[in-house]
Amino acid sequence: MSASPRIEFRDVTKRFGDGPLVLDRVSFSTQPGEFISLIGPSGCGKSTILRLLAGLSPVSSGAITADGLDPAAVANDLAFVFQEPTLLPWLSVAHNVEVPLQLRGVDAATRAGRRDRVLELVRLREKAGAYPRQLSGGQKMRVSIARALALSPRMMLLDEPFGALDEMTREHLNEELLAFHAEQRWSAFFVTHSVAEAVFLSNRIFVLAANPGRIHAEITVPLPGPRTADTRLGREYHDLVAHVSRLLRSVDPDAA
Amino acid sequence: MSSKVLKILLPALAGALLLAAWHATHFYFISEERRFLLPPPAAVWDAFVKDAPHLLHAAWNTAQGALLGFGLAVVISFACALLLSLSPLVRVSLYPFLTAVQLTPLPILAPICVIWVGAGLASVAVLTFAIAFFPLVVNTTEGLISIDRNLLELFQLYRASRWQQLFLLRVPAALPYFFTGLRIAATLAPIGAVVADMNAGSSAGDGGGLGFQAVIYSSQLKIPALFATAALTCLLGFIFNAAILALAWLALHHWHDSYERTDR
Repeated sequence: MSASPRIEFRDVTKRFGDGPLVLDRVSFSTQPGEFISLIGPSGCGKSTILRLLAGLSPVSSGAITADGLDPAAVANDLAFVFQEPTLLPWLSVAHNVEVPLQLRGVDAATRAGRRDRVLELVRLREKAGAYPRQLSGGQKMRVSIARALALSPRMMLLDEPFGALDEMTREHLNEELLAFHAEQRWSAFFVTHSVAEAVFLSNRIFVLAANPGRIHAEITVPLPGPRTADTRLGREYHDLVAHVSRLLRSVDPDAA
Repeated sequence: MSSKVLKILLPALAGALLLAAWHATHFYFISEERRFLLPPPAAVWDAFVKDAPHLLHAAWNTAQGALLGFGLAVVISFACALLLSLSPLVRVSLYPFLTAVQLTPLPILAPICVIWVGAGLASVAVLTFAIAFFPLVVNTTEGLISIDRNLLELFQLYRASRWQQLFLLRVPAALPYFFTGLRIAATLAPIGAVVADMNAGSSAGDGGGLGFQAVIYSSQLKIPALFATAALTCLLGFIFNAAILALAWLALHHWHDSYERTDR
């Protein structure tokens, strides 16, 4: 696997049809392997940034590059985790994990090997034969993450993947996700509504403002790794959460 | 008592009570000169036994017509649904004509059909096809186009080809809809086959089906035999439906929410 890509947005603007401006001249660049969180009020275009990166939607003006090239060049090394688990209900857990590999034409033996490994990682090996409806919300999300990891991606795009889960499950999955990141060093773009989650996971946090969507502030999170459950007890962590919350309140009066 | 036993015992008990009530109605509630209107269960059974070779042969003819027409409807409706799922423009253009087939009553289609393919099995099959086709094509099309947006994006993201999208996503996702159509069509097909038979089955050399038998019995005023024919038609419908329900169960029970979670 080659190194994760360096992503650059240069004056990226996005508008759907004749609608209002969704993103207004967004510019940033990232380091390989960086974990970036995008946080902001609804309508600030954070999910749109992921969709542009994934090539699910074209930019209206400006440019996105990955290692200086068209992001289509890294499209094969990219995995997306949706807000919903987005599993195929008629396939077992094992088959669901294999779907992206199958679509890429990976042979059955290789698929089985990767599938077993990622199911091991998310501790769902014993559920390989189960169907999605037999799983809890947290388990479904872990399958969804396993499916993304099975691709050995160089870049992970996560669109509020833990939003629907209870706090305990969410914290637990945050820790798991960081462990995977530490091991595999993909570049991550993580959309969330939770300040605590953003601080815990990220190297950098982009606070976005809405109407039109733009980057309001950029916070570097200097918390040392490996981050564990204990990280959340530290003074530094709490100060950062307070700082980001204040920034978020300044762009979104409705935010808690 | 376990619910499984109850599920068999209760309908059996209800059936026995109904038969008893029927019997009692014939002998105790109807004046003697009008009893011929409602033959008792035993007389119906006797009529069936007496004419069994005829009736069973007719039932077999009807079943063949129903199966053939139904099978044709499944295959052709699926192909049409694939075509219709391509674009809303195709659907807007073709739906009115599909509806027209459904809205034309069988007894009016029947003579046209007889002129085209001749009376007998072929006509019965074509007319059964005509009645079973619509619910199948509409439901299957609906299934093929009602795909979860996220799933479509997932396939788009991982660069699925059109064929991969069709066979790994659209077709399996459409299965529950397809089976809904199949269940509706399965109740229509045996009825359609019998009605078709009454109108187009007659002149076939092998004696026609249950519909044709019913026409003969009614002209001869063989009322118990008519009841026996009705019962046989009913039974045929039941078998047809049970077979489809079993198929649907096989295809869907392990993943679809319409089947209760029995495991784990």
